[in-house]
Amino acid sequence: MSEFDLSPLKSHLQTYQSQGRTALLPILHAVQDIYGYIPESAAQEIGQRLNVPLADIHGVIEFYSLFYSQPTAKTILRVCTDISCAMRGSEGILKEVCQHLGVQEGESTTDGSFMVERAPCLGLCEHAPAAWVGEKALGKIDQVPPGELLRGEIPPPSPITGGDVRHLTTNCCNGRPTHLDEYVESGGYAGLRRALGMPSDAVIAEVKDSGLVGRGGAAFPTGVKWEGAAQAGSTPKFVVCNADESEPGTFKDRVLMEEDPHRTIEGMIIAGYAIGASKGYIYVRGEYPTAYQSLKHAVDEASQAGFLGTDILGSGFHFEIELRRGAGAYICGEETALFESIEGKRGFPRLKPPFPTTHGLFGKPTVINNVETLCNVPLILAHGSNVYRMTGTEKSPGTKLFCLSGDVERPGLYEVPFGVSLRHLLFDLGGGVRSGRQLQAVLFGGAAGSFATPDQLDVEMSFEGLRAAGLPLGSGVVLALDDQRDLRQVLLNLGRFFAHESCGKCYPCQIGTQRQLEILRRLAEGRLLPGDAQRLADVGWTMSDASICGLGQTAATAVLSAMKLWPELFGDTE
Amino acid sequence: MNQEIMLTIDGKTVTVPPGTTILQAARSAGIEIPVICYHEATTSNGLCRTCVVEVEGWRVLAASCVAQAAPGMVVHTHSERVLRSRRTILEMLNSTVDLTESPAILKMMEENQADPQRFPEAEPRSFPLIDDNPMYVRDYSKCVLCWRCVQVCAEDAQYTYALSYEGRGFHTMISTFFHQPMPATTCVFCGQCVGVCPTNALKPKREWLMEQGKTPEEIIHISPKERKRRPS
Repeated sequence: MSEFDLSPLKSHLQTYQSQGRTALLPILHAVQDIYGYIPESAAQEIGQRLNVPLADIHGVIEFYSLFYSQPTAKTILRVCTDISCAMRGSEGILKEVCQHLGVQEGESTTDGSFMVERAPCLGLCEHAPAAWVGEKALGKIDQVPPGELLRGEIPPPSPITGGDVRHLTTNCCNGRPTHLDEYVESGGYAGLRRALGMPSDAVIAEVKDSGLVGRGGAAFPTGVKWEGAAQAGSTPKFVVCNADESEPGTFKDRVLMEEDPHRTIEGMIIAGYAIGASKGYIYVRGEYPTAYQSLKHAVDEASQAGFLGTDILGSGFHFEIELRRGAGAYICGEETALFESIEGKRGFPRLKPPFPTTHGLFGKPTVINNVETLCNVPLILAHGSNVYRMTGTEKSPGTKLFCLSGDVERPGLYEVPFGVSLRHLLFDLGGGVRSGRQLQAVLFGGAAGSFATPDQLDVEMSFEGLRAAGLPLGSGVVLALDDQRDLRQVLLNLGRFFAHESCGKCYPCQIGTQRQLEILRRLAEGRLLPGDAQRLADVGWTMSDASICGLGQTAATAVLSAMKLWPELFGDTE
Repeated sequence: MNQEIMLTIDGKTVTVPPGTTILQAARSAGIEIPVICYHEATTSNGLCRTCVVEVEGWRVLAASCVAQAAPGMVVHTHSERVLRSRRTILEMLNSTVDLTESPAILKMMEENQADPQRFPEAEPRSFPLIDDNPMYVRDYSKCVLCWRCVQVCAEDAQYTYALSYEGRGFHTMISTFFHQPMPATTCVFCGQCVGVCPTNALKPKREWLMEQGKTPEEIIHISPKERKRRPS
């Protein structure tokens, strides 16, 4: 092993050594970038320098899809095969590219130049079918032959945004990050300025009064969360931005980060001031290199302009932001798994209680908010909660970003005030079902969501409206399925996703996602065994009721909702 | 400060000191809740979920090995919801892992009316047996991922850190650094992992060799170098 050249690693080891285990993912990324994989000798060296047990390093490499313990190819093409892209033929494209290269999935070409893999949802659903090659996101990959695809010769997808209002997306239509001066000119950092002139508890009161609730899926009141962390006794405290967007069908946070990175940063600084934190982390999904670069540049800009660092705008308040990259694990969008990941561990969700507001990152009081949630904060502070509440409904104030994809004429990111109808969103804004077909169903909230039927088109898109209709808002996914879609294929696709992404910690999800997938495969192949429907229901209810975290608890939601809506699909065949 | 907590478990009023888990509270009242990953000597992680109970007013079931008793709590350890999950977990586990040497879990299956054949055409987790050291063999086809071996190898006892995990989800397994044979790792052969293994996935080598039909004399001669004792 000693013959392996570790010299390119030296500078990285020096940079990260003093940080210890929390630097594990950053340094593994660096090694992966240098060698294309993580050689055993490099892992050994890292273990010694960061003082992490070697077995644990191996465990971490093994957990994350973007880390490899074996040599890979120079260029890896990752084709998204999750729901929106699969519906646009990505499985066929994956096969075609493999054939073109004469390789199997996950196998390198003999010259070591290319490797093709299937990828989980890349958050490019409005540009489906999508792929990711090198550091480049590619959309509409069905428009080019395999050779061009492998060389990444497709113009980068430009954002498709629309809607009734532009509160959060006002700067999201340029196809490039909004510069600091442009952001400031459009009213940016005015919220921070006002917040810094207020006592911190008044900032929290303002956010509470606004009625803002989390946009990541759990809909927890943001102000209450902040208050909990502010009142927690121990220090230091942290603000974490959950930018690990990976719910299939979701791309709202990617657009916000790529196009308007300062809005997220401003929201975080205000959160930090409110709870008394001086350090924030943004954990950006590993599959979002463009968003990462955009944020990185914006953090530099904000630091140079005095919005980050010591004595921000002369207030005496100090705050800095560190960026972290995920490494391919949907579970790290679960808040406690995300903390574990920043701490340099496998992304296993923690048991709750205790909750992050008292025992979060590094065991310290932590506010963790989703990107879209944080993007609301500058508006609330700049204009006041009264103005903020003028949009939306009484119980769901503000606007919401919806991610439209699937069989819809104009897929894209749509900002609407809470309270519009699904019909308005899907037909007036989205242009209705593609190719003049009829609507069969809508998948709400992503892979972890539920199905709606055409008779629910008048449902009000608000927390209360959807709750009454028994539908989850989730992360804002609205995925249309036309009347020719085979729902069994859709369910199989969702089942495959969860089996791939379960972390393996608790038995119900670890085994349940696999057993669910096996039954869904039989369902899609038209060879259900006697008792499969009951089996599927038992597995589903067990995961929902007995799993540790939200992943397992929602891994069967879509399947169970389909069983309720279309029991005939699951009828025993014998 | 140390006010006793009163709660109801299966209709019985139970009084326990603060910090008591529901599992301990139930045991103190003579109510048995089945457990697989739980062990008195290791940190509870609530992995196996066979110890789940229904707490009135809670959205989902609670793992009784980690959920703490609270005043006024009303707990059901054998409600229909609980039994459905418990039975399904056991059935799924049996379809995954070789439980032939886990009599306690097999008995638990019987008691919970779990059907050993519930999941036809189910992919099992099977691995070749690892025989890489003179002290114990590792048969991960029998591993239920209770984590006890990893924990006693780390902060729960030995601070040796020879073991961690590989893979993810259904394909998670216990592993050494890059699959190194045990003697190449930090393992000190303390044997604590073997001691806490609930399914015989980890087994003393001598016991295993006896099961292979070897006589004690043969065992001593099988690998004389391996078995050489330190000079006393």
